Amino acid sequence: MNAALRKLFSFNGGVKPQTHKAESTRTPIVPLPLPPVFVVPLHQSVGGTPIPLVKPGQKVLKGERIGAADGNYSAAIHAPTSGTVVAVEPRTMAHTSGLSMLSVVIEPDGDDQWLATEKFPFQSAAPDEVRDYLRDAGIVGLGGAVFPSHMKLKPGKATPMKTLVINGAECEPFITCDDMLMRERPAEILRGICIMRELLQAEEAVVGIEDNKPEAIASMQTAAATMPYVQVVAVPTRYPAGGAKQLIRVLTGIEVPHGQRSTDYGVQCFNVGTAYAIHEAIELGRPLISRIVTVAGHVDTPRNYEVRFGTPMDFLVQQAGLKTGCDGFVMGGPMMGFRMPAFDVPVVKATNCVIAATPALFPPPPPEMPCIRCGECARACPTDLQPFEMYWHSRAKNFGKAQEYSLFDCIECGCCAYVCPSNIPLVDYYRFAKTEIWARERQMEAADSARQRFEARNERIEREKREKAEKLAARAAATRATAQADAGSAPSADGADDAKKALIAAAIERAKAQKPATAEAPAVADASTQD
Amino acid sequence: MLNNSPYVRANSSVTRVMLKVLLALVPAIGVSLWLFGVGILIQLALASLTALACEALMLKARGKPMRLFLTDLSAVVTAWLIALAFPAIAPWWLVVVATIIAIVLAKHLYGGLGQNIFNPAMVAYAAMIVAFPSLMSQWPSTQLDTAAQLQAVFGHADATQRAMDAITSATPLDSLRTGLRAAGATVESVVQSPVFGWAGGSGWEWLSLAYLVGGLWLWQQKIITWHIPLAFIGTLAAVSGVFWLVQPDSFASPLLHLAAGGSMLGAFFILTDPVSAATTPRGKLIYAAGAALITYLIRSFGAFPDGVAFATLLLNICVPLIDMKTQPAVFGHKQ
Repeated sequence: MNAALRKLFSFNGGVKPQTHKAESTRTPIVPLPLPPVFVVPLHQSVGGTPIPLVKPGQKVLKGERIGAADGNYSAAIHAPTSGTVVAVEPRTMAHTSGLSMLSVVIEPDGDDQWLATEKFPFQSAAPDEVRDYLRDAGIVGLGGAVFPSHMKLKPGKATPMKTLVINGAECEPFITCDDMLMRERPAEILRGICIMRELLQAEEAVVGIEDNKPEAIASMQTAAATMPYVQVVAVPTRYPAGGAKQLIRVLTGIEVPHGQRSTDYGVQCFNVGTAYAIHEAIELGRPLISRIVTVAGHVDTPRNYEVRFGTPMDFLVQQAGLKTGCDGFVMGGPMMGFRMPAFDVPVVKATNCVIAATPALFPPPPPEMPCIRCGECARACPTDLQPFEMYWHSRAKNFGKAQEYSLFDCIECGCCAYVCPSNIPLVDYYRFAKTEIWARERQMEAADSARQRFEARNERIEREKREKAEKLAARAAATRATAQADAGSAPSADGADDAKKALIAAAIERAKAQKPATAEAPAVADASTQD
Repeated sequence: MLNNSPYVRANSSVTRVMLKVLLALVPAIGVSLWLFGVGILIQLALASLTALACEALMLKARGKPMRLFLTDLSAVVTAWLIALAFPAIAPWWLVVVATIIAIVLAKHLYGGLGQNIFNPAMVAYAAMIVAFPSLMSQWPSTQLDTAAQLQAVFGHADATQRAMDAITSATPLDSLRTGLRAAGATVESVVQSPVFGWAGGSGWEWLSLAYLVGGLWLWQQKIITWHIPLAFIGTLAAVSGVFWLVQPDSFASPLLHLAAGGSMLGAFFILTDPVSAATTPRGKLIYAAGAALITYLIRSFGAFPDGVAFATLLLNICVPLIDMKTQPAVFGHKQ
């Protein structure tokens, strides 16, 4: 259904950087040839690191599970082609830190032979079975956040699901993988959307696409023409219109606050690539082993490839004709992307775009000047923050204050740093402050649990002392009672004398009782070391 | 290689912002030239040179990168505001001392660019009007030839003083105040004097118009937002309007208040100085409205003919509190 009449909302702020999208949309998507070797990192999504299921020397088939989801908050990893596992070892990740993570290194045998795949019986399966299946098919959000999708495909408890928002906005400059996917494979995306809508029991599904992609809009609208509950809507082109919260706001008017589930507001948001992956998994039984990746920047032919995870980035970029003078790869767009620590890091589920950077394309930032409080950043902020206030407090390591100014509502979209006339790398300050706060919280948690342990121990020692004292007192009272009974049988004239006797008797008893108590002491000490 | 995203930036810089402010002052400089003669150019040159010299000296003393901060043009903006706010025929040392106060005291001793609590030009103006009230209120009554102007600015003190009496007159707001307070006249009779023109002071209304034009251009260029000018002009018009309607004999009209004195300069160029102004949308409204109220009170009941400078400084003090109390609601937390 075409939605010319849907009421759109807007978010504050945003910027309009040069899009650089035309270059990579001139030619269709092509599958990338097999690289000589695949390095498949096990940790490619948010959540637990999958547990390796293969050993060096083992033969694997394309689509075979090589990493099992670690608990429910995780997603499985699969072999990108058939071949031999040559190593399971730490390799440099596609992360700016240069961190090494456990990876499965696979040498392709060239046959590219699928594991027998079959359609998942979606209609007859229980929702939980579908979610487990998607987890084991490795489906994660392909918009960049790589959050395990099965965890988001659950309707909220309190609010009925109204709108399933499908994110085809693709607001970051250079990136065109979603654009090309929507142009070429709209029917598959829509089938994925239908599956998600059923799982979420959403009333409607709305696909939001920035209005600078008329071909994608037309293609999706044509494919959705027969579906009464799917709307394909053009949204104004303004970065970051493709931020999940911004797009939800634009399409539904709902603002989902930081730290809250959007299902509690009756909405949920998925990327078009994720919808496509869900279709592949359910209808063809194919786990997530590849995605569309834009190659742009300093190359002869910027374009989109269907790339298997584990493909080294330099192999990918060379296919597009890497020119000399490239000083590094940026994964993602220029607003939120990351410099790669090496050229040969593998393509992962989060890789939507690889830009071959040059100093001319991304020049080093001009010297940082002091903040003049001009407020440009606040006007550009899509989250209505006061970025310069957060900057002052982060810089002064006044992290509590930075948090008061809603530091954790910041989505790190980069709009503030983009407009700053003083060239302050504002987002770097927020990343720094967040990291420091997390570190302190961990420290505090450690200190808290240490204190709790200490207090529990003190309390236990107190309790044991008290119990011992009570026991002794009870024993003393019993002795006194016997003494009194004895005294009663031989009546005495002086009550005070009796009391004195009783006290002495009790003291003797206590002295006697000390011996077994000390004998018990080692046992008590043992007990204390056990907890 | 080690920088982080974003890797692209809008084409903006502090220098560009300051350059636009300077450009926006050009219409006012033109009108001043036409009204009072070349004096304004002399004052601009004096103030700019002093400002750059002080800036360089302080940057050196503080071990800051010289070229980076000298080319940001912020010192030149301060210098031009001082030159425009001061009488065109003020003796040379008045503007020089004022500029030294602004750059050394009000700017660098507070930590330099972006750190000053008070508007440097207004600190200088306030210091000078307290120390030299008569020199600060002697504006040329007619356009003087270049020689007379040079004589006034650089001449020997005695000769200057004699010459000054002949060629200067009080500002319109000064005349109004003296007329109403000392002579006990009515507003209607005071504004019959040739000092007054069709709106504010004779000729002064054109100067105000020039500031308005430059200010509107700054707004169009998104260097300033509408909040401060509109709140200042609106509040000044409203407050003066109420007094004027109740007692038109003793209180000047809103039009005169807006067109005379430093109202337009203040509304568009002084109060909008981002470093010392409130930053939140609501905060800017409160800040500018407060400044307008104090300006009016000083003009109508205070000891000085104009009050924009003192009002600005007083509201500068309130900025941290205003900002703190007017933080806008964050996305998703608007209830």
